[in-house]
Amino acid sequence: MEETLPISAQSAARRWLSAWWPYLLVLAFLVLFPLLAGVTIGDPTVAQEGTGSLGNLMLRAESGAAKFWQGMIIQILIFAIFAMSYDLLLGYSGILSFGHAMFFGTGGYAIAILIGRNFDWPFGLALAAVIVIALVQSLVFGVLSLRVKGVYLAMVTLAFAEMFYILAEAGDFRVYTGADDGLHGFPVPAYLSATDHRTRFYYLTLVFFVAVFLIIKRLVDSPTGKVMVASRENENRATMIGFNTFWYKLTAFVAAGVFAALAGALSALYKVSVTPSMLSLGRTIDALAMTIIGGLGTLVGPVLGATIIQLLGYWLERWFGPSWTLIYGIIFMLIVIFLPYGIVGTLRVRSFRLKEGWKQLQQTLAGK
Amino acid sequence: MNDSTILETRELQKTFGGLVAVDSVSMKVQAHTLHTIIGPNGAGKTTFFNLLSGNIRPTGGKVLYKGEDITHMPAHRRAHAGIGRSFQITNVFPNLTVLENVRLAAQAVGHDNFKFWEHYRRFGEYEARAQAILSQVGLAAQAAMPARSLPHGGKRKLELGILLASDPALLLLDEPTAGMAREEIPMLMEVIRSVKETGRKTIILVEHKMDLVMNVSDRISVMHQGRLLAEGAPLEIAANPTVQKAYLGDLYGDLTEVK
Repeated sequence: MEETLPISAQSAARRWLSAWWPYLLVLAFLVLFPLLAGVTIGDPTVAQEGTGSLGNLMLRAESGAAKFWQGMIIQILIFAIFAMSYDLLLGYSGILSFGHAMFFGTGGYAIAILIGRNFDWPFGLALAAVIVIALVQSLVFGVLSLRVKGVYLAMVTLAFAEMFYILAEAGDFRVYTGADDGLHGFPVPAYLSATDHRTRFYYLTLVFFVAVFLIIKRLVDSPTGKVMVASRENENRATMIGFNTFWYKLTAFVAAGVFAALAGALSALYKVSVTPSMLSLGRTIDALAMTIIGGLGTLVGPVLGATIIQLLGYWLERWFGPSWTLIYGIIFMLIVIFLPYGIVGTLRVRSFRLKEGWKQLQQTLAGK
Repeated sequence: MNDSTILETRELQKTFGGLVAVDSVSMKVQAHTLHTIIGPNGAGKTTFFNLLSGNIRPTGGKVLYKGEDITHMPAHRRAHAGIGRSFQITNVFPNLTVLENVRLAAQAVGHDNFKFWEHYRRFGEYEARAQAILSQVGLAAQAAMPARSLPHGGKRKLELGILLASDPALLLLDEPTAGMAREEIPMLMEVIRSVKETGRKTIILVEHKMDLVMNVSDRISVMHQGRLLAEGAPLEIAANPTVQKAYLGDLYGDLTEVK
């Protein structure tokens, strides 16, 4: 009896590891990236005497190409948070919103305005306020827009987002929003400056990314998340077995809104600038494209989609100049045509069919 | 007898534009019985059913459940109150597994729906219930399949399983055997009979194949052109000449005199 316990604990650990190893591998890479980059592509000339080898490594990580690629990953992670929040809406709950940028932009503007010269709030308080603002905003607009479905919901959310876009651009609030110029150079706390402490900002973004990933993953695996999926699959039926689908969709809408606002705030802090384009339809389309390329309703998909689009954008622009969006469009079309469930989705369907086929083969062989 | 009435309709009416689909139907259903509503196609049976389950609102009259007026109660609240329905057209979650279809229905009647911080596997009782029900309706072997790949008969069984999992006091079955292969029908009717014989549930069954329901029903109501044509024990109904005429299509026009 005494010996069986450790064995079962061991097998539980093994099962946990076998389910999570790909995630752990990616996490390990992301955690070690600044150091790896510092060693390989950092500028060796920045080394100073008397700082020790680890200190010098940190210096190298903050220099040259190492710094640049950390910035690239920071932007990928920010967009991944935004795309995952969109996937919670469209992929898991079946809510097609064309106004998701509304939350991304409001998050960015809220932090910029609150720590800016008009309010001059302490950073922690401003960040808490961003979350509260996003909660209220997504509750209000969720209640208003979830009364309708499908295309109508897409149109209603688009109208709301455009409303915020126009507000941000309006000259009347120039003192607060900077109108069509946006806000630049607002006082981000020195200890969080992405220019001076790139690696620190990198880890901050990584912590937010991992937290949001785990929270959304738990949410979609919870009883509540299962009902979201049910209402996506067949809302009428979900109602008939006793779920008031409105509350489940609102939960998804609010969670997605808050995470999108967080992504927007991180983006504002990283770039030390916000512009009305953060609230534009184009931003929502970015999230939509990332989610579709990666795979709707997979959570890993949007992360992969954010990575691909960000890197593709960078390289295509270098190779093809201003006409890169044309190539990007063609690649996007090819992915949609040949990978209808997105990259992760299609892989899962394939592996499911392979397993089913293998089972059937075994059964027929056993039958004979 | 009056206190054992679980469901009652009073002059229930539904018109679609100029068409009177359900024409002042007053009906009482006794608790713990199997009450069948038969009638030719277009008699208004499904519309009547939709009024009972709350999928559509009546244009007149009342629905009473356990003596309480539920005429304006929305469908999901009726489900919680103990009224569950199955659909004539198969209406399942096609991309979810057979097990998940039933598990969701079991979860719906519990109190853990908003525990979004816990993994759903922590609530194993729902999955256990779902497994038990799948065995009851004969789908245990298909539990891991996506519902869309079940054959038609299997989907009908799943439909019944989803309904049973939500454990309603009153089951509304809308042509549960619709479109099923002939040899599969007895199995499904057997499940329905076994549910009835537990003595805890009331079943209202809609069917247009009269022979199928003769020996399971306690009481039969006949609908024709939106109205209640006759009501009685199965043998009375079988012997009723008006009913026979209605089924043969002889009956047109004014029905007030035979009613």
